[in-house]
Amino acid sequence: MNQFQYVRASKPKAAIEALARDPNAQFIAGGTNLLDLMKRGVMAPQKLIDINKLPLDKIERQEGNIRIGALALNGAVAEDKLVLEKLPLLAQALNAGASAQLRNMATVGGNMLQRTRCPYFYDTAMPCNKREPGTGCGALEGYNRMHAIFGFSDKCIAVHPSDMSVALAALDATVLVSGPKGDRRIPFAELHRLPGDQPHIDTTLGAGELITAVEVPDNAFTRHVHYLKVRERASYAFALVSVAAALQLDGSTIKDARLAMGGVAHKPWRLADAEKTLVGKPATDETFRQAAEVAMRGAKAFQHNAYKLKLGPNSIVQALKNAAAA
Amino acid sequence: MNRVDGRQKVTGAAKYSAEYQLPNMAYAVLVGSTIAKGRLSSIDTKAAERAPGVLAVITHQNGPKLPGHKPVGKDPSQPQTVGSALRVFTDDKIRFNDQPIAVVVADSWERARYAARLVKAQYAQEAHQTNLEANKPNAFLPTQAKKNPKSPVADYQRGQVDAYKTGALKLEAEYVIPTEVHHPIEMQSITAHWEAPDRLTLYDKTQGTMATRRDFAREWGLPEENVKVIATYVGGAFGNGLHSWPHESAAIVAAKVVNRPVKLMLTREQMFTMVGYRPHTWQKIGMSATPDGKITAITHEAIGQTSTYEEFTEATLGQTRMMYQAPNMTTRYRLAALDIGSPIWMRGPGEATGAFALESAMDEMAYLLNIDPLEFRLRNYTDKDPENGKPWSSKFLKECYQAGAERIGWNKRQLKPGSVREGDWLIGYGMGVGTFGAHRGTSKATAKLLPDGTVLLQSAVTDIGPGTGTAMTQIAADTLGVTPAKVRFEWGNSDFARAPTQGGSAIVNTVGPAVQEACLALKDKLRELAAAGNGAFAAARKEDVTFADGYLTLAGNATARVTYTDLVKQAGGQAVTVESKPSDKGREYSMYSFSVHFAQVRVHQLTGEVRVSKLVSCADAGTIINEKTAGNQMKGGAVGGIGMALTEAAVIDDRFGRYVTKDLAEYHVPVHADAPAVEVYFVNQPDPHVNALGTKGIGEIATIGVAPAIANAIFNATGKRIRELPITPDKLI
Repeated sequence: MNQFQYVRASKPKAAIEALARDPNAQFIAGGTNLLDLMKRGVMAPQKLIDINKLPLDKIERQEGNIRIGALALNGAVAEDKLVLEKLPLLAQALNAGASAQLRNMATVGGNMLQRTRCPYFYDTAMPCNKREPGTGCGALEGYNRMHAIFGFSDKCIAVHPSDMSVALAALDATVLVSGPKGDRRIPFAELHRLPGDQPHIDTTLGAGELITAVEVPDNAFTRHVHYLKVRERASYAFALVSVAAALQLDGSTIKDARLAMGGVAHKPWRLADAEKTLVGKPATDETFRQAAEVAMRGAKAFQHNAYKLKLGPNSIVQALKNAAAA
Repeated sequence: MNRVDGRQKVTGAAKYSAEYQLPNMAYAVLVGSTIAKGRLSSIDTKAAERAPGVLAVITHQNGPKLPGHKPVGKDPSQPQTVGSALRVFTDDKIRFNDQPIAVVVADSWERARYAARLVKAQYAQEAHQTNLEANKPNAFLPTQAKKNPKSPVADYQRGQVDAYKTGALKLEAEYVIPTEVHHPIEMQSITAHWEAPDRLTLYDKTQGTMATRRDFAREWGLPEENVKVIATYVGGAFGNGLHSWPHESAAIVAAKVVNRPVKLMLTREQMFTMVGYRPHTWQKIGMSATPDGKITAITHEAIGQTSTYEEFTEATLGQTRMMYQAPNMTTRYRLAALDIGSPIWMRGPGEATGAFALESAMDEMAYLLNIDPLEFRLRNYTDKDPENGKPWSSKFLKECYQAGAERIGWNKRQLKPGSVREGDWLIGYGMGVGTFGAHRGTSKATAKLLPDGTVLLQSAVTDIGPGTGTAMTQIAADTLGVTPAKVRFEWGNSDFARAPTQGGSAIVNTVGPAVQEACLALKDKLRELAAAGNGAFAAARKEDVTFADGYLTLAGNATARVTYTDLVKQAGGQAVTVESKPSDKGREYSMYSFSVHFAQVRVHQLTGEVRVSKLVSCADAGTIINEKTAGNQMKGGAVGGIGMALTEAAVIDDRFGRYVTKDLAEYHVPVHADAPAVEVYFVNQPDPHVNALGTKGIGEIATIGVAPAIANAIFNATGKRIRELPITPDKLI
C-alpha cells in the first residue's frame, strides 16, 4: 500500500471542497472495497477523505418516496422496519450481498460505487483497460466465466457486482448528489455507465460529487417480490446471475411489473421490454418464460459464460415464480 | 471430555505463529515474480532500499550462500519427493509465477510492504506450461517408480492387463479434479530469530516441528539441536504445513542479514502460489463386470500435476487396488511437470482424488447393471486385502454401510434418476466409500510427575486442530488413573520428545502409544518408589497395586495407600522418557481405516444450484479416543468434501500462467450455509493389531469418499453425470 493522507470531513460541503481541490483524493466510507483495492495496488489515492461522520445515514419516509441516506449501512437498511415494509425487494437484495460483517461496514453509497470483481482488474500483472487504459482487456479472451452478456465493449466485459443496485434499478430509484456546482438528481439507470471506449469510468458522477442519498418512489411492490441470486455457494459469493423481480397482481393477472438483472452487464440491467410483456398477462410459467425470452434478446456470450444464456432466462422465470407465490 | 485448549482458543489467549512479538523485531515482505518461466534480467532495488525504515532488500544478487545447498538432485537425504524444495535468492531462474525474487526487510510491516512494491524486475521470459490437459502427452513415470518397481506409484497389475477392454459389460470414463488450495483460516507465517550466530529459533506454522528443524538445520549446515521450532497452536493446515516452503527460507535469510528477529506473514493471495495445493489431476477408469454384479477388471490411470523442480506424488490409485474384489487390476500413475509451485498433500490427499473417480465409476457401473449401488458394493466386498492377500487387521465397513443407509434413509431412494422431487427441487441420494492406511510410526514421549501431583507430558507433535492435545491428555489420564485436570500435555516444540509430523491420520496411532507407554513407565517408577518407602508395597505383587484417583492402593490392604504427590516429594520427580515403536506383530495384517459417506442433495432444476441437505459419515476407525473431537474431525472432513464436490477450484489463466481466482471471495471454500447437519457414526471397535489403543485414524477418511457421494447423489437427482469437479450450477442447467 502506498502512503496516503487521511482527513476526516464533518460537513458535506467541506468533504466536497476537499475532494474538488485534490484530483488524487478519494472519499472513503465503509472501505470494504477501496481498502482491498489499495492493498493490491489497484488504486492508489494520495488522500482519503473519511466521510463517515457526515450526517447522511437516515432512512426516512418523505412525500412520495423513501429516502435512504448514502451513509446508511447495508445491514441497517436491510433490517429497517420501513424498508422491510415498503421496499422488501431492496431488503432481500441487500441480504443477498456479501457477508454480515461486510454489510455492517458497507454503506449504501459505497455499495453503488463498488468496482468490478473482474480478476484482471485486480491483478496489476495482467492487462485491464479499466485499471490501466490502453493495456487491453484480459477477460475478453481469458477467464470470462463471470462476465457480461449485455452491453459490453471490446475494451471491457466486466460486470457490476452489486446486489443492492439491481433492486434499486428495478425500483426506479433516484440518486441524490451534491457537488461543487450544487445539487442534482440522477435517475438510477443513468448512474452507472456502459464501458464503451472508456471502461475506466464506472459512473456519470462528476469531479468532486458526493452521493448524499437515494430515493425510492412509493410503489405497490410490497408483497410479490423476489430477489434471486444464483451463486456457487450458499452465501458470500458474487452472483453468476441475479434477478430482482417485483409484481403487482390483481387476482392472478399482472397489473405491473419490475425486472432487473445482475451479473450480466457493466451496470444493473433493467429489463423494461420484458416488464411490458408481463403486464396484463396471467401470472403463469408460460408468461414468465415469454418475458424471459424477451429479456435475453441481444445477449451474447464469451468462451466461459455461455451458461448465462440459459441460466439468465431460467433465473428470471424462477424469480417471477417466487415473486408471484410470495 | 472437552478440548483442553478450547478456552484458550475462544478467548484469544492461544498464540499463533504470527503473534509472537520479540524485542527489536523486523518485518519481511516478499516480492513475487510476475512471469511463470524465464530469467530475471535485472532487478532494481534502489528505490526500495531508500524507502523509510528499510533495513535490507535481499535478492539473488546479494543473498547469502547457504552451506546446506548441494547441487540439485545430489542430495540423497531428500525424502518423498525427487528434486529439491525451492531455494530462494540463489539464482536468476523463474520457475513459477509469484516465486519470491526478493524480500524486503523493514522496521515495520507497513513500511516493508510499501517498499516491496518499489522493487522493479525485468525478465527474459520463456514460454511456460501451466495447462495439465495440454501437457498430458508429456506425462512421465515418477522417478521413484523407475528406481523401485515396488513403489506405490509404480505401475501395478494383478491378473490380466487392461482386462476390462474385453469385458462384456464395461464402462470407460474420465474424471478431473481441479487444483484445490488448503486455505486454513490461519495463513502461513514465521518469525525467525538467530539467538546466536549458530542458534536459530523459529516460531512457525508447520505440521512437523522436527521436520522443519531438520530442513533448516540442513540448509544452514547446523546440528539439529541448534535449531528450535515452536508451533504450539496451528490454525488449521490440512497439509500445507507438511513441507518447508520458500517464505520460511526467506525469513531465516532475512533474519541473518539484518541480525534481528524477522517476522514474515503471507497474504491470502500468496497462499495460492507458494505453499502447495491439491494437484489438478486427470483420471480414467475402465471397469468391467458380470451381469450379476461381480467386477471382473478395473484399470485406473491418473496424471497428476507437479512442479518442474520437485516430483510430488501421492497415492491416488491406492484405494482402487484394495477396495473391491477385482481379479484383474491395472493401475498407472504419471506426472506432468508444469511451471507452477510444487503441490503438497491436501486432506485425504491422493486417496480423496482417486476415490472421486473410483466411487463415481462404481455408481456408474451400478446403474449400467441396474443394481442398487450399495448392493453392488456388497457384491464386491473384500474379506482380505486383494492387493497383497493379507487379512485385514479389522474391517467393519459393512456395519458402516448399514448404519449409514439407515440414517440417510437409503430406502427412500429410487434407482431411476429424477424420481424424487419437491417443487422445483430434485432430490437424490448417493454414497461414496473411503479408506486410508492405518499408519503407525515411531515416537517418543516424556512423562513426569510434578510436586503438585500433576503429570506433565511432552511431545514435539503439533496439534493442527484435530484435538491431539485433548486425546493425549485423555490417554494419559486413563492410563494413570488420574482426572484429566491432573494431566498437562505440552506439544508443538521441537525440543520436546521426538514425534512425527502431524499428518496421514497417524498421530493418535503413533504418539498415543508413546504417551500410554510413558505413563505405564511412570507407574512402574511410582511403584518402585512406593516399594522403597512402604513395606506393604515392597512385598506386594505388581498386579495388586492399583492406580486410581491419584493414589496407589493395594488389593486387600485398606491401610496401604500412598498419594502420587507424596511419592514425588520422596523422589524429587525425574522425568521418564519412553520411545514407542510399532510392534512387528501386526505385519501379517493389512491395516486400513474405512469410511462411507451418504449424501442427500437437492438440485434446483432451473438454476442448477445444489444444496447438500443431509450428510451421514460413518467410520470404522478402531477405538475412538474422544467422540467429541473425533466427531468434529469427521464433520470438518465432510465439509471439506462438500467444497471439493461443489465449490472449490483454483483457476489459472494459461496465457499468463497466473491464478485468476485468488482470494476467498473468488475461491469458494464452503460457508456455514453450505454445510448441513452432518451425522457421524463410529463403529468404535478396537483394532487388535495396529496398536495397544486399538485406534486406526480418522483425519483422511473423513474427507475421502464425500465428493463422489455428492456427485452420485446429483446423478440420482438429475440423471446428469458430472465427471469434472466442482459441480457448479452451469454444469447442471
